[in-house]
Amino acid sequence: MRTARAVLVGIGVIGLGLLLAGVRVNPYMYFAGYVVLQYVIIASAWNILGGYAGYVNFGTPAFFALGAYTAIFLMEALGAPLPVMILAGGLVAGLLGLGIGYLTLRLKGVFFSIATFALSVVVQTLIINWDFVGGAKGYTVIRPPAPFFGSWGVLLFVVMVTLAVVTVLVARSVERSWIGRGLAALRDNEEAAECMGVPTLRLKLFATTLSGFFLGVAGAPFPYYVTYVEPASAFDLNYAVNALAMPMIGGTTTWVGPVIGAVLLGTAQQVATVTISSELNLLIVGVVLVLFVVLAPEGIVGLARRLRSR
Amino acid sequence: MSRPMNSALLEIDAVTKRFGGFLALDRVSIQVRAGERLGLIGPNGSGKTTLINCVSGALPTDGGRILFEGRDITALPAHQRTRLGIVRSFQIPKPFTSMTVMENLGIPLEYAAHARARGATDALEILRAIGLDTKAGLRPTGLTQIEMRKLELARAMAARPKLLISDEAMAGLSSAEVDDILAILFRLNESGITIIMIEHIMRAVMRFSQRVVVLDAGTRIAEGTPEEIVRNPAVEKAYLGE
Repeated sequence: MRTARAVLVGIGVIGLGLLLAGVRVNPYMYFAGYVVLQYVIIASAWNILGGYAGYVNFGTPAFFALGAYTAIFLMEALGAPLPVMILAGGLVAGLLGLGIGYLTLRLKGVFFSIATFALSVVVQTLIINWDFVGGAKGYTVIRPPAPFFGSWGVLLFVVMVTLAVVTVLVARSVERSWIGRGLAALRDNEEAAECMGVPTLRLKLFATTLSGFFLGVAGAPFPYYVTYVEPASAFDLNYAVNALAMPMIGGTTTWVGPVIGAVLLGTAQQVATVTISSELNLLIVGVVLVLFVVLAPEGIVGLARRLRSR
Repeated sequence: MSRPMNSALLEIDAVTKRFGGFLALDRVSIQVRAGERLGLIGPNGSGKTTLINCVSGALPTDGGRILFEGRDITALPAHQRTRLGIVRSFQIPKPFTSMTVMENLGIPLEYAAHARARGATDALEILRAIGLDTKAGLRPTGLTQIEMRKLELARAMAARPKLLISDEAMAGLSSAEVDDILAILFRLNESGITIIMIEHIMRAVMRFSQRVVVLDAGTRIAEGTPEEIVRNPAVEKAYLGE
């Protein structure tokens, strides 16, 4: 019943997105909205592994960029349409996720995080040296005319609304299922979880793969959005920092946390970019993150819970 | 290959475990009958916990076999052994800290006992039997030391064990608290659960066990009733030296 209601709400959100696309506000709003929604996907996807299972992935740029570069490869090689690019981007990044899943056999805690960060550097180096997708000099995307809404800005906004809704619904259903409860157990104590019958390896592989899939999905439309992709922008450290900061600020143990964190922080960054300076983004993230880690370690969701139970 | 059917629930057959050049277990063999209360003792570093880790699947063995209900489980991962009915509690309690006491029991009920539907009533029943029902809604961080030990046992119970391995469930408890835990373990055994108790508190382990196995430096040096073990010169030597 509650799942049905959540799906209805999701459809409602997509409807709202379509409505926004129809009313035609300032085109910049669609661009800014795209970025915020992209972070909703990234934060929710990251949280499946980082929040539910407690494995902090610092290699978000690798997954995001793999989604983007899979899209570029398909564009260049086959002229594939956008939905194919998104699906393929997710699958390739999901495969990388499965790979880091096996890392968890040997690496835990901070060592896992360092390994994922190193992975990001390795993938970036490979892409820089692969001329077919532009190599170090980057790749310029020539978009066909937009099939709907008459503008790619508006169309991509609607695409992102849809992808964000799907990601959040999946993250929600994972959290509330037996898988989510098993992940929470292994986050609290992996050895005890295994001894209580939780198939920890299988659950971790599931989490890394699903998390990687949606991080790739977030990156796949990126080439169409920016029309010029180079390794430095696709592998931007911002993705690693934001993917971690947004769920931390919202609260990592539930699906709502990353959504709240991404909307708040993402919007604040967009506003700051326009009104103050484009370099102020990371400063905002840093300050807010420090404040939250000190004052509300369980994020906004945890803070709200504490206030309510008082 | 036809082995005569015996009533051994657990058969540890010449199990060997090495850590680098250190031989932690040297061809240890122990048989545990269904319904038995077995005490496993030995000085610090004698290999008790290592043996338990090999039986529960937390550590791979370097030789020998482990049979449970006649089935070779040497290569099974830990969570599958739990599902078969081998459940252990930890020396240092390892509760799931983000969950309530009740939810802690939900994990084994769902994953090991496959009783999610009856989860809440089953969990409450176990908590009541162990005297923890008033704490059902609390987080484990708010529990006292003895309550933490009881949670450890309650969670093990929720996995519906056939064989419960209690790893120093009483270390650091007061004498009254030790009696409290002992009473719980006796009741569990009466309900048909086979129990291996690892313990340093001799008063408890001698009172509880029908049979005691002594490990020293990775080998089995003695086996017998508590009375025989107390009188055994080899055991005395292992504990006190010459």
